[in-house]
Amino acid sequence: MSPTEIHQKLQDQHNDAIESFDADALDPFVLVKPDPIVEVCQFLHDDPDLAFDCLTNMSGVDFLKERHIQVVLHLYSYAHRHMIVVKVNVSREEPSMPSVETVWKAANWLEREIYDLLGVIFTGHSDLRRLLMPEDWIGHPLRKDFVEPEEYHGISTRRESLLK
Amino acid sequence: MSLAGYEFEVQRDDGLATEEMTLNMGPQHPSTHGVLRFVVKADGEIMRTALPDVGYLHRSIEKISEKVGYHGFMPYTDRVDYVSAMQCNQGWAMVCERAAGIEVPRRGEFCRVIACELGRIASHLLSVGTMVMDIGGMTPFTHALREREKVNNLLEDLCGARLTFNYMRIGGVAWDLPPDYEEQVTAFLDQFELFIAEYNDLISYNKIYIERLANVAAVSKEEAINYNLVGPNLRGCGFQYDVRRDEPYSIYPELDFDVPVGTGEFGTLGDCFDRYMVRIKELKESCKMVRQCLNMIPEGPVLAKVAKKLKPPVGDAHVRVEASRGDMGWYVVSDGSEFPYRTKIRTGSFSAMGIVEKLSRGLMLADLIALIASLDVVAPEVDR
Repeated sequence: MSPTEIHQKLQDQHNDAIESFDADALDPFVLVKPDPIVEVCQFLHDDPDLAFDCLTNMSGVDFLKERHIQVVLHLYSYAHRHMIVVKVNVSREEPSMPSVETVWKAANWLEREIYDLLGVIFTGHSDLRRLLMPEDWIGHPLRKDFVEPEEYHGISTRRESLLK
Repeated sequence: MSLAGYEFEVQRDDGLATEEMTLNMGPQHPSTHGVLRFVVKADGEIMRTALPDVGYLHRSIEKISEKVGYHGFMPYTDRVDYVSAMQCNQGWAMVCERAAGIEVPRRGEFCRVIACELGRIASHLLSVGTMVMDIGGMTPFTHALREREKVNNLLEDLCGARLTFNYMRIGGVAWDLPPDYEEQVTAFLDQFELFIAEYNDLISYNKIYIERLANVAAVSKEEAINYNLVGPNLRGCGFQYDVRRDEPYSIYPELDFDVPVGTGEFGTLGDCFDRYMVRIKELKESCKMVRQCLNMIPEGPVLAKVAKKLKPPVGDAHVRVEASRGDMGWYVVSDGSEFPYRTKIRTGSFSAMGIVEKLSRGLMLADLIALIASLDVVAPEVDR
């Protein structure tokens, strides 16, 4: 199925959940509202014509100027060999969206990483802990306004330039 | 690491007192393939859970990309998976080319595939070698590393480095093949194909080795897809899928190669032995591909003209490449400036680590080593 057909099918079922669709982008994407994301994903996963059985990638992008964090899901269907990108915008101040872990188990670690590095809270996640950064780290490093702390447990994060 | 919620009660029918045991494995454990840590909750020899604790090798590679620009990021991609850096180079080059609409010269594509397949041989050799060593066989490891050294020599001839190659560029490769390269590679492949048979005789079909791997930690196809297992781990479940064949890129559609899958030869389909055997079989396929490329390679330039300050149009691009540890997803967001706005790398080991907790339940403690080795987890690739 082409992305346009996928969008059409999605719109027939979940018209209220979809904010927009961009067919001209390099990877055409559907922008979905945060709250109904699980129903939309479950539909994408279960529908026999769509059958998106694989969450191949999930990323978070901090758009500082637009004041939102975008969660990008790259979905792939092994059965039909087609792909669609689903994007979700959450606010920067209170970034929160439902977890899609119930649909794809692969989301468990991917969401933990996004939570760790961008601070998005995935409600309903079974084990939302930091993944890469230490547990007591303050802040979310991939946010555009993140300022690296001067030190961590007495270890300085600054280093003299070797070029001096 | 907090273990709240992971406590369990040990009960025995015969009333003997038992105690739950918390074991710490790693981060400096020789068989954890890099700096990995597992917190194991065990009932005697049986594991209840093995919780992976990663992040020890987190070097903020994705964040660095936002500071160094598109061309400048290439050497950092070597460090994503330093065991098979060529495919990481290729992933980054391809995603930038896709975002900026750059065409790679045909000879450049051939050079890339030759380099990548040699890199895959080197990576799989390390994987199958360390797997035997983890389980307790020392000698085959030295045999595998001996062959890997030869591949490293070839790659050194190609780009001057043995591990972190920095060979590819956005728009092609940095250098053409050195003189007499074809003869050298062919000579290596001729003897290497014999080595695969020897290695199989020596260890793959060794009874003790099979007993240690067969029926251990079997994964079903559905489970593998749900957890997004990729590459040899996915094919080990008997599911024939390879990005090179099914979502073709570069010159792979022109090459003739098979996609080996697990067959459940000595036990359950999708067990540790199947995953191991897929890698052995892929060695042969990579040899086949390199030979074909050497025969088909055309004359011409290897690098397209690309702006020094690359500024892809506003938007995002995603590509998937079949790296040694499977389908690797590269995602880049451009804001029209000379620096990537955001880069995300979803690696094969990352997916594989996500399933360890599930697979470890009820497994023998010693089999955790076999499981991690058979998933071919490389720690820097998980942490980036």
